[in-house]
Amino acid sequence: MPGNRPALVEEDAPPGPAVRLVPATVPSATTTAPVTAASRPGRGATRRRGATMLRLISPVVVLVAWQLASQSGLISKQKLPPPTQVWSTAVSLVTQDSAAYGTLQGALLVSLERVAIGFAVGASIGLLLAVVAGLSRFGENAVDPLMQMLRTLPLFGLIPVFIVWFGIGVAPKIILIAIGAAIPLYLNAFAGIRNVDPKLGELSRVLHLNRRELIAQIVLPGAMPQILVGLRQSLGVAWLALVVAEQINTNAGLGFMISQATQFLRQDVIIVALLVYCILGLLTDWLVRILERRVLSWRRSFVAA
Amino acid sequence: MASQLRRSLTVPMATGTALTNTVRVRGLSRSFGSDRVLNDLDLDIAPGEFVALIGRSGSGKSTLLRALAGLDHQVTGELAVDGEVSIAFQEPRLVPWKRVTDNVRLGLRGPDPQARAAAALAEVGLTDRSRAWPLTLSGGEAQRASLARALVRDPSLLLLDEPFSALDALTRIAMHRLVLSLWERHRPAVLLVTHDVDEALALADRVLVLTAGRISHACVVTADRPRDRNQAHLHASRTRLLAELGVDREGKI
Repeated sequence: MPGNRPALVEEDAPPGPAVRLVPATVPSATTTAPVTAASRPGRGATRRRGATMLRLISPVVVLVAWQLASQSGLISKQKLPPPTQVWSTAVSLVTQDSAAYGTLQGALLVSLERVAIGFAVGASIGLLLAVVAGLSRFGENAVDPLMQMLRTLPLFGLIPVFIVWFGIGVAPKIILIAIGAAIPLYLNAFAGIRNVDPKLGELSRVLHLNRRELIAQIVLPGAMPQILVGLRQSLGVAWLALVVAEQINTNAGLGFMISQATQFLRQDVIIVALLVYCILGLLTDWLVRILERRVLSWRRSFVAA
Repeated sequence: MASQLRRSLTVPMATGTALTNTVRVRGLSRSFGSDRVLNDLDLDIAPGEFVALIGRSGSGKSTLLRALAGLDHQVTGELAVDGEVSIAFQEPRLVPWKRVTDNVRLGLRGPDPQARAAAALAEVGLTDRSRAWPLTLSGGEAQRASLARALVRDPSLLLLDEPFSALDALTRIAMHRLVLSLWERHRPAVLLVTHDVDEALALADRVLVLTAGRISHACVVTADRPRDRNQAHLHASRTRLLAELGVDREGKI
């Protein structure tokens, strides 16, 4: 039946304020499926706790092996200090303000601030551009080619250019993080918006939703599963960009700590700083998971039903 | 042929005095490529009238409905709908990330949308499911929520696009009763698209047959509701309508 054609693209509709959802013409750049591994329902809390314990076994084994190899002299302590030494270094970095490194928490705060600002700016821009590109052909033509080009640009190859443009202060670091964060979020959010059920676009016309309502009630929630995938990728890139950016011409932050330690041949300090990056990465990932569970509860209830 | 799409915003509640028809369609046409799906179609629906539209697949039923809902801007001819239009789709089309009550109040203007949504849900008997996620509803519940969402806007024209076709037989009978009671209480003009002759005869004041983009036959049903499908003149109407649809007495097509 012609009336039932899967017509989301209302190419034939007259120009006007009506907002239309248009499917993508570009092959989606994202390969990540929007389906998250968020929840496997129907498992008791005890079973889940048991599964967590099982997952802890292999890291613990590695840690013990590392300690033994280091103590027995199998690995030189200069090249890889044992976990116990890393731990005591971490404690002293927290408790003592050394001239070479400052304190760990001080460095952490500086780094957190950089990544937070860079990520917030980049993610907002990425999401905004995705909405602009996702909701109209004009927006897509205006935004998408540029973003696709930016995507192929090697992010860290920009560093020398940025130093010339923005100097060696905080600005180039934050801009680098922002660009790194914007791109995966843009790509995922754009694909997510284009995948919103066209029938819901039609529904919103029947219900006379205005543009703001369409975006807030239909488009963004509909694209949310994929936006969250993008958010996780963005956070990953933001941390990575931070690590790289911080080792160039800085005088504070975790990266500065690492470059100082490199000069003083302090592998233990480097390992502590790297572990802090790890923990921060895991922490943000965990936060996104919590967000996912909250925002996508409508889907979870379906899976559980 | 110039396209005249007029949509007045006031709802004249002149039940009985059918000076202005709720729907007035003259010479409506719509082509998809060389395929003329609506062909110079005329249609009037009086305020509060229950009209059923039947036709074979591809006869243009859905196209006409979409044109009346304002979803098709490529029709030509004259099309005027007086007042607010609501539609209940074949698939209930609930927004999956909004709870049932939020689906009903989606885009709802005017005072106290929450209370009006609650009242509409009570009318369709879904009060206890109002906080549920749409994906947890049964087919019948979802369709009732969709009806509540259409009715809460107090439409002067309610479009029903085969809303019961995916339901099991018992649920469908319950839905027929519900639709009739809602219609009797609110008295919108109704255009029900269906391919079920019995459903059309059970509900409508007038049954129209759409063939090749035109209304080829109209059948007025005067029997009191609820109707017994075995009544003699309903039986005669059914035979006639089936013949119009190209199905003979033996059920051969």
